[in-house]
Amino acid sequence: MTKSKNEFIIEKGLLITALSSIVIIALIIIFIFIEGLPAMESYGPINFIFGLDWSPSDNQFGVFPMIIGSLGITALSLLMAVPLGLFCAMFLAEVAPNSMRKILKPTIQTLAGIPSVVYGFFGLIILVPIMREQFGGTGFSMLTASIILTVMILPIIISVSEDALRSVPHEYKEASLALGATHWQTIKNVIFPAAIPGIITSIILGMGRAIGETLAIIMVAGNVVQIPHSIFDPVRALTSNIAIEMGYATGIHYNALFATGIVLFLMIIILLIFANYLHYKKKVTIGGGYL
Amino acid sequence: MAFRIISPKNVQMIMKAIFWAAGITTIVILLIIIGYVLFKGLPVINLDFLFSEPIDSGRSGGIFPMIISSAYVTLIALLVAAPLGVGAAVYLAEYSGETTAVKIIRFGAETLASIPSIVFGLFGLAFFVIYLGMGWSVLSGGLTLALMALPTILAASEVSIESVNKSYSEGSLALGATKWQTVYQVVIPAALPGITTGVILGMARAIAEAAAILYTVGAALAIPISLLDPARPLPLHLYIIATEGISMENAYGTAAVLVILILVITITTNTLLDRYTKKMMGR
Amino acid sequence: MEYRIEVENLNVYFDELRVLKDVNIKIRKNIVTALIGPSGCGKSTFIRILNRMNDLIDTFRMDGGVLLDGEDIYDPKVDVVDLRKRVGMVFQKPNPFPKSVFDNVAYGLRVHGLTDKDALGERVEESLKAAALWDEVKDKLDKSALGLSGGQQQRLCIARTIAVEPEVILMDEPCSALDPISTTKIEDLIHKLKKEYTIIIVTHNMQQATRVSKYTAFFLHGEIIESGTTDQIFVEPRDKRTEDYITGRFG
Repeated sequence: MTKSKNEFIIEKGLLITALSSIVIIALIIIFIFIEGLPAMESYGPINFIFGLDWSPSDNQFGVFPMIIGSLGITALSLLMAVPLGLFCAMFLAEVAPNSMRKILKPTIQTLAGIPSVVYGFFGLIILVPIMREQFGGTGFSMLTASIILTVMILPIIISVSEDALRSVPHEYKEASLALGATHWQTIKNVIFPAAIPGIITSIILGMGRAIGETLAIIMVAGNVVQIPHSIFDPVRALTSNIAIEMGYATGIHYNALFATGIVLFLMIIILLIFANYLHYKKKVTIGGGYL
Repeated sequence: MAFRIISPKNVQMIMKAIFWAAGITTIVILLIIIGYVLFKGLPVINLDFLFSEPIDSGRSGGIFPMIISSAYVTLIALLVAAPLGVGAAVYLAEYSGETTAVKIIRFGAETLASIPSIVFGLFGLAFFVIYLGMGWSVLSGGLTLALMALPTILAASEVSIESVNKSYSEGSLALGATKWQTVYQVVIPAALPGITTGVILGMARAIAEAAAILYTVGAALAIPISLLDPARPLPLHLYIIATEGISMENAYGTAAVLVILILVITITTNTLLDRYTKKMMGR
Repeated sequence: MEYRIEVENLNVYFDELRVLKDVNIKIRKNIVTALIGPSGCGKSTFIRILNRMNDLIDTFRMDGGVLLDGEDIYDPKVDVVDLRKRVGMVFQKPNPFPKSVFDNVAYGLRVHGLTDKDALGERVEESLKAAALWDEVKDKLDKSALGLSGGQQQRLCIARTIAVEPEVILMDEPCSALDPISTTKIEDLIHKLKKEYTIIIVTHNMQQATRVSKYTAFFLHGEIIESGTTDQIFVEPRDKRTEDYITGRFG
């Protein structure tokens, strides 16, 4: 039967496309590790991860300040983006009239689509001067970077949470309202708890995006290698470290930047495993863009 | 109950105000960013800016080579990522059961979706630029972007293929159509709005990306002709001239062009999707 | 003999669950056979055996013989695609494709290799006429089928099925999602179609079984309790359980 032969070939062809993701992941891991591991080995993995001193000209490769920088910026931006994002998601899913939803949805899509360099550029010309005037210093700081990142991760938190809130069965809501609960009590006690796996997933996704963001952070964070003492101190993120120094790195320095990539990669994998553990199958890609 | 200071009704009022505030804040943020960039950038944009080459590393002149570079790398990315992504989505949604192999494939795609763009950049540098010897070129950059766009396209397509009503496939199979005929002629057309959205999202991601191409595409100011020419797509150009303080005026112009591009993409996609859905539903 | 379908000692399992037990039935040519029984009795599973739609379910297993015109349809040499062309199916909920009315009816024909435009147009018109739908849709052939009413959609699905000229048409509760007027139209259509096709209809509606069918089989817990002419089943059932069911005492 030529018909069934055709079918067979098509199925195998599709299988190959499906396998491409695995092949790519494997290649990425292999190449990042081949280039990065030598630096980790020669400097010692513990020294590399927990070392406080990053000074390539003296062959010092400790990325701990950058780990703190990445985590600090991420935590600070989550602190701002999560409440705003969740309220916005609840607004969209429960409260907003149709006309408002029609404005907000494309707004979120657009926010998700704006290139990160444009955010960085906006931060550089608007936010940095404001921060300088308000809080002194150079204006380049962990807080400045976090504010820009807040706007950048807002779309993914809103869209994934909204979807989670929306997929709570309508009967729950009706049952609660029929018992005389107010709309807010219903949201707080019934809808929100039922949507928690999706909401946590949205936060993890936002976190992943914040950790992975590069150029927008470089443009506003100041990029000084140090463990910040206050949120107004300049910091350098892991991603920034790679982007800033790769242009002129050679030898072990070059490898050390790939090793920085390994650290980033591992952080993302941990987040992913955690997200997978929640078993929340997200349906939205619009607005979230990626991750 | 006796200790309740504010009545549930008042709490309800307060919360409603907070909800509205959250929604409006989000809109205001967007308006400020877009408004400011367009306010400063639009005066810079004219035909000359769009269609001439930069002068003195971008201190003056236009951004024509950057527009071409962006189009070039995005096209390469889509040509590679769209078939792979849609094909994989069809396989995962229609052909595979929930086997271990499929779970691994899906985890791979999710991992790919989560990798930071700068790590893609590192990989592109080590693999395409150096190992495969493509050098700093539109090809290296485009392929790196393809890897990034792939999971976006895959995820959106898979969701929309899976959400196609199973009764359509049953109807088709019951008429004696083969699996592939059913997928190709019934399932994919019904999922087309979602697949298109996925491809457009992938495209938007490729257009907007700078970190991944920072060390793969080069930074040449000339118009790229061959696949192996270095180039400088718009986001990269904006990054360079803004951080090196070359020309704030041209930076505004470039940023405005990028924002307009994203706005156009968002609006057209939404309008097209709306129309297509209405037509399919027979309204 | 005048049998189109012969089923011998059929057992069907989903995982370990045995959903059909030793089913034996012979179905005559060009006659309407009704399958009745309470929900979950296996009647839908049974008709999906006849065009191998159960093959789509991972956990499906079966043994026994299912013969169409004397040939075993579960023989490994049988092409499923070919079989489904010969045994058409109309589903419980109307499921037209999200395509135009014309393309819905033309779909099966195109899939089986008919590309000539005039021939397609002719067959589509014939089929829509045979399904008593032509007059209602002839001016909107290029409009989406999803814009039709439920009853029209179901007749469109019947038109789509007869367009590929099957020998057998399986109908799985075709009227359960429709209003009484649409139901009457479908029943009239079934009367018209039985001259040319062997029709097997699953129904919950006892009156419908008496109205449209010549033969009836009563399913209960995966077994055929009783089968025979519709008159006999409804007027003088031999089995107590059949009598209980048709008089509404359970189910």
